[in-house]
Amino acid sequence: MTAPVIELRGLARTYPASPPVLALRPTDLVISEGDYVAVTGASGSGKSTLLHLLGLLDTPTAGRYLLDGLDTSALHDRERSALRGRRIGFVFQAFHLLPYRTALENVMLAELYNQTPRAHRLTAAVEALKAVGLGHRLEALPTTLSGGECQRVAIARALVNRPSLLLCDEPTGNLDSRNAAALMELLDELNVEGFTIVVITHDAGVAAHARRTIAISDGVLAERVEADHA
Amino acid sequence: MPSSATGLPSSRLAARDAAAEAVAGIVQRPGRTVLTMLGTVLGVGAFVAVLGLTATGAGQISRQFSVLEDTTVTVEDNGPANNVAPPGTNPTIGFPADADAIADHVGGVVAGGVWWPVSLPENASFSGSLALSGASSQTIDLLAASPGAIRAMGLKLVAGSTLSTFENDTDQHVAMIDTTTAAALGISPARLPSHPAVFVDGIAYTVIGVYSSAQRVVSDESAMLIPENTALADYGNPTPGIGGEEEAQMVIATKIGAAETVASQIAAAELPTDPSRLVVTHPPNPQSLQSEVTGDLTTLFLILALISLLIGTVGIANTTLVAVLERTEEIGLRRAVGARPRHIAAQFLAESVTLGTLGGLVGTCLAVVVVVIFAAAKDWTAVLNPFYTLPAPLIGSAVGLLAGAYPALRAARTSPLAALRHG
Repeated sequence: MTAPVIELRGLARTYPASPPVLALRPTDLVISEGDYVAVTGASGSGKSTLLHLLGLLDTPTAGRYLLDGLDTSALHDRERSALRGRRIGFVFQAFHLLPYRTALENVMLAELYNQTPRAHRLTAAVEALKAVGLGHRLEALPTTLSGGECQRVAIARALVNRPSLLLCDEPTGNLDSRNAAALMELLDELNVEGFTIVVITHDAGVAAHARRTIAISDGVLAERVEADHA
Repeated sequence: MPSSATGLPSSRLAARDAAAEAVAGIVQRPGRTVLTMLGTVLGVGAFVAVLGLTATGAGQISRQFSVLEDTTVTVEDNGPANNVAPPGTNPTIGFPADADAIADHVGGVVAGGVWWPVSLPENASFSGSLALSGASSQTIDLLAASPGAIRAMGLKLVAGSTLSTFENDTDQHVAMIDTTTAAALGISPARLPSHPAVFVDGIAYTVIGVYSSAQRVVSDESAMLIPENTALADYGNPTPGIGGEEEAQMVIATKIGAAETVASQIAAAELPTDPSRLVVTHPPNPQSLQSEVTGDLTTLFLILALISLLIGTVGIANTTLVAVLERTEEIGLRRAVGARPRHIAAQFLAESVTLGTLGGLVGTCLAVVVVVIFAAAKDWTAVLNPFYTLPAPLIGSAVGLLAGAYPALRAARTSPLAALRHG
């Protein structure tokens, strides 16, 4: 049995309001190393809240979140930042590439705060871009890249430091169907390579690529197990 | 440093990386960068230029003063404590008969002697020699002067000779006149061997010398100089009293730098029994005079420079704040890849400090060029004090630091969630 990468124990997030908004009700969940999980749900169902909690971008109001066996709930911001920088890779729907920096510089940014020597950052970024099929666009600015290429740069940035967890937020949301299909193929390959992937999506086609699908509705998770998923 | 709970090294932004990120941030929008820098360029430039131009001008003033003004001492006769002169006459002049010789013995004196403007009745007439049939309707000052005073005046002779001790001691009716007076009276310097005379209310004075210019006393006026003793014999004692236009004075030429020392000794040397009767003045210190002349102007320009710096500060602050708001998505991304709030603050602060430093550097360079060009155009020597010129770009750095503080703090406080939603 593989070790759990993510372990949620009664994790909950309530936003202060009148009345308080229960964005994520107390949740238990285990995601193991090499898992490929899709979290699906309608807008406002709590998908993004879960993503932010898993990405250590937000803090829970109750429960515990163990990442690689480390209880993150009580960590200082300094330690959470270090974990984000080294253990988690983000792929956003809006790409979030720096428009005035080249594809290579955008990927190198992922290791800027990790005390990684510049020469190593450069080598790793080149390798990551080659891995996503953009070895020939290293010096291209995002403004000159297609949507699919931008998302590939974003994926290269997410995996350049070999994170424990690849968190993808609607990764095909800004792509046409052809680029979306190519991107999902890339994610499938990365999963085969051993990356643990969590994809937040409302697209059933995207969710179909995952080996586990977790539906979320009104902050409550419900897992649908498909044993025969390829 | 490893994080205690996670065992992972803490996130860190090396200074070199922070600088590289700052430069990358600045060059993203070159047009905006240049405009933002402008305030700092003007402020620092004005600061350096004002101080440079002031120093350059001060050097010039100092040089001009040092040649003549700093080598002149004037002694005025304030008159006796009790006026002992018979009614209708003036008291004897305070200076001794051998004033010239006494002055010569004071260390630092080049030459010195007594002179005074002779009091003439109104409508006194000056006319040239009858043989030359010249006449003057213009105002000519008749001055009594001892041989020492003549030497101290530094006359530049065109023709003839200066008044001698012999002519003074023997009350000779001789005179020296300047070229303007000579021309007015129709006396050609070339005709001096024929002993032309000037008649002052009928008294004839043989012109023995014509001068073109003088360093002291008679440098910018039409004058006729006659021996001191001749003047005493013809017109009596001069009017005493400080402020009187016809009082007796001594003019003393000193060696460079000796004026102050001579001034402190001359009264006691000339009149040991009553030195307080003599009032000694020497030229103001060129440095203090320069300060007076330029001080107000310098203050004004420095205030303008400060205002420019203030505008520069506000400009950088405004641009950095706008950049923070524009780049919330970038802030969120950086936080997502491990940046801590302090790294975000450091980046924006580094950008504003770099911007300020660049502005300071450009401003300083421009100011140096302005000072050099100005000095060259005036044929002056450019004076730039390295103690304020070299560190001047740091003023820009300080401006950048001050301007970037609030935007950087605000950037650091930006929630990564809000920043990512922004995109």
